[in-house]
Amino acid sequence: MIAFIIRRLLAMIPLLFIVSVITFFIIQLPPGDFFDTMQAEIAQNGSSQDAQTFQILRVRYGLDQPIWVQYLRWVQGWPEGDFGWSMAWSAPVWPLVRDRLLYTVVLGAFSLLITVTYAIPVGIYSSTHQYSLGDNAFSLLGFIGLSLPGFLLALFWMFVGALVLRINVGGVMSAEFSNAPLSWAKLVDLWNHFWPPAVILGLSSTAQMQRIMRSSMLDVLNQQFITTARAKGLKESRVINQYGVRVAINPLISVLALEIPKIISESALVGIVMSLPTTGPLFLRALQTQDMYLAGTFLLFMTFLLMLSNLLADVVLAWVDPRIVYE
Amino acid sequence: MSSRTPTTNTAVDTVTNGARNGHVNPALAAQSAQLFDLYRELDQRLQQERYAEDIIVGAADHAADEARYSLSQWQLMWRKFVRNRAALVGGIVIGLFYLTALFANFLSPYTLTTRFRDRVYVPPQGIHLFDEGRFAPFAYGVKTGLNIDTLERVSEIDPTVKYPLRFFVKGEPYKLFGLIPAERHLFGVAGGQGAGEGAINLLGTDRQGRDMFTRILIGSQVSLTIGLVGVALSLSLGTVLGVVSGFFGGWIDDVIQRAIELVRSFPSIPLWMALSAAIPAQWPPMRVYFAVTLILSLIGWTWLARQLRGQVLTLRNQDFVLAAKLMGANNGRIIFRHLVPASIGHIIVVATLAMPGMILAETALSFLGLGLQPPITSWGVLIKEVQNLQSIAIYPWVFSPVIFIVVAILAFNFLGDGLRDAADPYTR
Repeated sequence: MIAFIIRRLLAMIPLLFIVSVITFFIIQLPPGDFFDTMQAEIAQNGSSQDAQTFQILRVRYGLDQPIWVQYLRWVQGWPEGDFGWSMAWSAPVWPLVRDRLLYTVVLGAFSLLITVTYAIPVGIYSSTHQYSLGDNAFSLLGFIGLSLPGFLLALFWMFVGALVLRINVGGVMSAEFSNAPLSWAKLVDLWNHFWPPAVILGLSSTAQMQRIMRSSMLDVLNQQFITTARAKGLKESRVINQYGVRVAINPLISVLALEIPKIISESALVGIVMSLPTTGPLFLRALQTQDMYLAGTFLLFMTFLLMLSNLLADVVLAWVDPRIVYE
Repeated sequence: MSSRTPTTNTAVDTVTNGARNGHVNPALAAQSAQLFDLYRELDQRLQQERYAEDIIVGAADHAADEARYSLSQWQLMWRKFVRNRAALVGGIVIGLFYLTALFANFLSPYTLTTRFRDRVYVPPQGIHLFDEGRFAPFAYGVKTGLNIDTLERVSEIDPTVKYPLRFFVKGEPYKLFGLIPAERHLFGVAGGQGAGEGAINLLGTDRQGRDMFTRILIGSQVSLTIGLVGVALSLSLGTVLGVVSGFFGGWIDDVIQRAIELVRSFPSIPLWMALSAAIPAQWPPMRVYFAVTLILSLIGWTWLARQLRGQVLTLRNQDFVLAAKLMGANNGRIIFRHLVPASIGHIIVVATLAMPGMILAETALSFLGLGLQPPITSWGVLIKEVQNLQSIAIYPWVFSPVIFIVVAILAFNFLGDGLRDAADPYTR
């Protein structure tokens, strides 16, 4: 098992290398560079700044070098945790990216938790009460959840929150708490700004997993060992929970692996709509201002996160299901 | 059957055992024999009844099967599809949406550039069907102003002014299908089409006094076709690469699969964002449109290719492919004359299910200001204006494009779901 994980981690290195080259290439695609954007912005504000200053700045930040030199300079710093300099923030890239990534991971993990705790019981209920009113209602709800993307739901939530509930939505906390010391009310407020985006992010995955759990349970419940368990006179709850669910849960883990990339992707958009400190808002801003090292590092780490989560899913699957052998 | 047979056997056993042992009460033996006969008779009768029943049921089944066997594959799919109400409704809604998009210029009362300077942020207007007991549809006039305290735009109905509703009114000129010059609109109010005079705004107006209904209808042209074009692009790439990958296997399969893995190792939305940020701002609208479509299909093809590869892997070993091979067909012929047509049902399903994703991706990018930009009007561009929370709270009708998006997405999903079930007509 450990050999398998190490092998997979090693296999990620060349992939990451290719990804970093592609990332750098994509980030370089827009015509012009950061200082062109800055110059245009300054010109728009009416004040003037001579082109020579910008040329000096370009040389200072190495933007006058050929692309491959710039790429190598970027990569050079990686082992020391240096991912470049954000020109817009006048700060190193890594601390900026790290905080956003952390928030994204925490939000994503929590939304996965919600997903699993909802989808599994509902899937079990649906399979044991096939075609009942409850099953149909859950299925319809799931279908709608599956169809609507997170950013539309986030917009809906903002709409409902602002218009119907008349509460403060969006952001990490309400404005009046931003400078307040930690108190119970502040915690409640933080929580009230934390769970809606997590639920929204998890909704489409929830629907997907609820479906998979249902069909997987239906398959399992028709197998002979379930009949045997019933014939032995076991209690129905034991048959379902300890015999059925244990086997039926495996496909769910592979599906979970497919859902994590969606959550990572979607969190960027939902973060922008709800103004949360996920990777999204800063990444968007970096793209717009052509703050290339910041944008590139974001894209790189989101890709890395995605690869890691895939690996994690494989490991968990192997751990749960002893029938799977990784050679 | 099985439950009755043991009973009879037990009766036989009892009788024979009793007779063999020799010391049995004769009366009891006779009774047993009688009972045995009774059992046997009953059993036979039951069996006969069962047979008769089976024959009737079997005949009916057979007839149904016979009718089913004589249908073509497409007829079977259609039958199965029609039985799924949700999918049928989804299909009809999609059809209506595209029809509306096709005639959007004619169906909408105004054009994209029509601005009512004195009708900014007018709420949706109702159509009143009866005027003083007589059927004469009309809309009331609207007075607008600015609330000095809150700086909100306020508007109220002016019951003294009535604008009669007319069909096929002359309005601003437009080009039907982008080709035929015309100036008749399906409906509108009589007495002035331009700014300053009467107007009908079914879904209200936006911050520049433009008719929301018109903008949503004409915006659907862009949003719905970007899905079609994007899916067509990714389908052509995905079909060729997916089928080739599945058919040849070996190193070709390896290379294509690694390429797919590489593309898929990027999170889709951030990648889309990064790529669309590279579209130069000064490009003409048409080129931006195609650039966005191209970017969307750049990731879309991987999913389609995966799906088709799986399909081809199962088809590859079927007899008809072997037959074609033995008859000397070359690989190109087998792929394009046999494998692709055989998976066409699957391709349609996959394409339909890919549509909502494309439409939503465009919406999301335009919403972020990275995709399409005004003056192109798409649903995404429209909801970009909703971003401002304040405006939603005060002028909620600017939120209405979202409802159109949601309906379209749900309809596509219902349709795709139904098609997926129908595409495999041999399972019941």
